Amino acid sequence: MTAATVRLTVNGAAREGRCEPRKLLVDFLREDLGLTGTHVGCEHGICGACTVLINGDAARSCLMLAVQADGAEITTVEGLMRDGRLHPLQEAFREHHGLQCGFCTPGMLLTALDLLRTNPSPSEQEVREGISAVLCRCTGYHGIVKAVRAAAVTLAPSR
Amino acid sequence: MKPPKFEYHAPSTLDEALALLARYNGDAKLLAGGQSLVPLLNFRLARPAALIDLNRITSLAYIREHDGHVRLGAMTRQRAIEFSPVVARRLPLLREATRWVGHLPIRSRGTIGGSIAHADPSAEYPAVLTALEGEVVARGPKGERTLSSGALFETYLTTTLAPDEILTEVRLPVMPEGAGWAFEELARRHGDFAIVGVAAAVWRSGGRVTARLATAGAGGTPRRLRAAEEIVERDGLGAAAIEAAGRRASELVEPDADIHASADYRRHLAGVLTERALKRAAERAA
Repeated sequence: MTAATVRLTVNGAAREGRCEPRKLLVDFLREDLGLTGTHVGCEHGICGACTVLINGDAARSCLMLAVQADGAEITTVEGLMRDGRLHPLQEAFREHHGLQCGFCTPGMLLTALDLLRTNPSPSEQEVREGISAVLCRCTGYHGIVKAVRAAAVTLAPSR
Repeated sequence: MKPPKFEYHAPSTLDEALALLARYNGDAKLLAGGQSLVPLLNFRLARPAALIDLNRITSLAYIREHDGHVRLGAMTRQRAIEFSPVVARRLPLLREATRWVGHLPIRSRGTIGGSIAHADPSAEYPAVLTALEGEVVARGPKGERTLSSGALFETYLTTTLAPDEILTEVRLPVMPEGAGWAFEELARRHGDFAIVGVAAAVWRSGGRVTARLATAGAGGTPRRLRAAEEIVERDGLGAAAIEAAGRRASELVEPDADIHASADYRRHLAGVLTERALKRAAERAA
């Protein structure tokens, strides 16, 4: 099978690579673009570690082919920092012990960001439901829930 | 694991996709949202010669109200359905069921056409299609045909769609003004596949009650529970009638056992969830 060219925008920068059509987006990000912040977990859409934003919406990068992302805008965990400072959601994860081993953290962050965009002030139940899309095997969910709720306050548009 | 080798096509029109499908003569798979197919490829449980990716066919993604129906293009994302004002107003049962489909990041990619054509018996959309007496449109080389839920679903993961046909549209009748609705489901964890789910809608007109009930996960295909509907249509939406309808529901289903639940447990759940769904739908009905 011949390689295809994939041109896309990742974290605001135009990127390009060549790969077989069967290459998963997550492997393309890690191996071809060198962005290893996105983690490969279960490879069948259950664990959520590979979640990135695709045209603004959170999605599993292990359930999408790289060629399907041609022309898309992708945000990975590497794109969250601004001017050398952590994103407020990342700050909240640090403040509230929202990570232990860190394996699920990139997927948690991007899933939580999408949750806060669609529901800017979620209840605790809604946060738990939202982050149920990502598995944390350190079972550090309490800290993650606190972090997301704290970030909701920080990120809320001032009224 | 990683997907096996395949030829990849991303046509931009439905006609191109149909021509490709005919050319591979059953050896190609259609790629919609990929939330079920890509795991099967990653596990190498599916090894198609070719993938025909429908994601570049923008004309297959729409939500339109037309002539008493809402028409949803097969490539409409579950996420678009979840946040659609038309769906919220006209098909609140579909909206509620959508929130049970996987998780938000799954719904960002998953499509209504893919979910229905995949025909997983525990999926929510086939139950909604059945309860609301909707239809799907299939296009093939010989033209277009419409199929009811009963004509579409054959058994586990199997439909009557021909190998050279593509499911292009889902048509659901607008729910009447004042209709109540509920989608009840039990899964081990939120976002997991349903062990059993029940879709319910009820409405009153001219002193008469109309009820709609269908199950997910209680057999190889979604099942309409007509005899349970008849109980509340005859006896009204009081507690005793709803309880009797639940009991009838558990007699009507023919579930199988698997690693997640025994057949008896599923039968029990079909009754309990029917009762809960009818109760909540009745509270919402005008």
